[in-house]
Amino acid sequence: MDWFVFVAAGAAVLAGALGVILARNPVHSALMLVMTLFGVAVLFVAQEADFLAAVQVIVYAGAIVVLFLFVIMLLGVDRAEKLGDEPLHGQRIAATIAGVLALAELLILARAQWATGQPSVAGPASGEGSNVAKLARSLFTRYFLAFEVTSVLLVIAVIGAVVLAKRTRETSEGFADAAGRAEGLETVE
Amino acid sequence: MTVAGEWYLTLAAMLFTIGAVGLLVRRNVLVMFMCVELMLNAVNLTFVTFARMLDDIGGQSVVFFVLVVAAAEVVVGLGIIVSIFRRRIDTTADDASMLRG
Repeated sequence: MDWFVFVAAGAAVLAGALGVILARNPVHSALMLVMTLFGVAVLFVAQEADFLAAVQVIVYAGAIVVLFLFVIMLLGVDRAEKLGDEPLHGQRIAATIAGVLALAELLILARAQWATGQPSVAGPASGEGSNVAKLARSLFTRYFLAFEVTSVLLVIAVIGAVVLAKRTRETSEGFADAAGRAEGLETVE
Repeated sequence: MTVAGEWYLTLAAMLFTIGAVGLLVRRNVLVMFMCVELMLNAVNLTFVTFARMLDDIGGQSVVFFVLVVAAAEVVVGLGIIVSIFRRRIDTTADDASMLRG
């Protein structure tokens, strides 16, 4: 049963990942990304990381991919891309070979010594109690400072997004010179 | 019989490789950004697997922080992409070769 879950979710993860990089249409890439994210969430559940699986589905599939789709539609680039033209000659082959070599090197180096180190430094992951309780205890004691700094990071991200998306008067005048497509976007907003 | 952690780590390595190759191969900025998300997910899977193999909740805590940072990164990154490519026809990385637009 465990093997069945692993093989099914792993196949979904790899198929989705290949779909992301092979799909011509960015919308299809985003949908394949959802498949990969769900597969990873299933693998989280299989490894008793229940809370992270829920967060993975809510944050990644629910928020990040929707944001991607929103930007794709906003920019109006949901057209098929010509995958044929290659600006640098032989770039694809070289990149693929480099990736496969890096993977092979990683697996050869990791062979027989996958996980080394002292177990349960930040607290045990198995045993009594739910996964949420253990993760919460870890976050709110040992990693409390990092948790608080995270909130600062989120505030900075929100402010940054507002500043980047805000349209100043000069750029609006620049838009008047641009093609009619940009004016169409302004009415959409 | 539970699946050994090695299989999960191998799968995560393959996922990371696909993401890295996609980042090098694709020219659409949005797809390149999705490939970054693929690599982040591969690393998350690795952390969760190590948390199980070493029986250490710290790995899962790190994944929590990675998720938060990834969310912030996507928000800011997509904001930059929107502000760069708002006036262009498509979102090819090669088009953004000038610092002055």
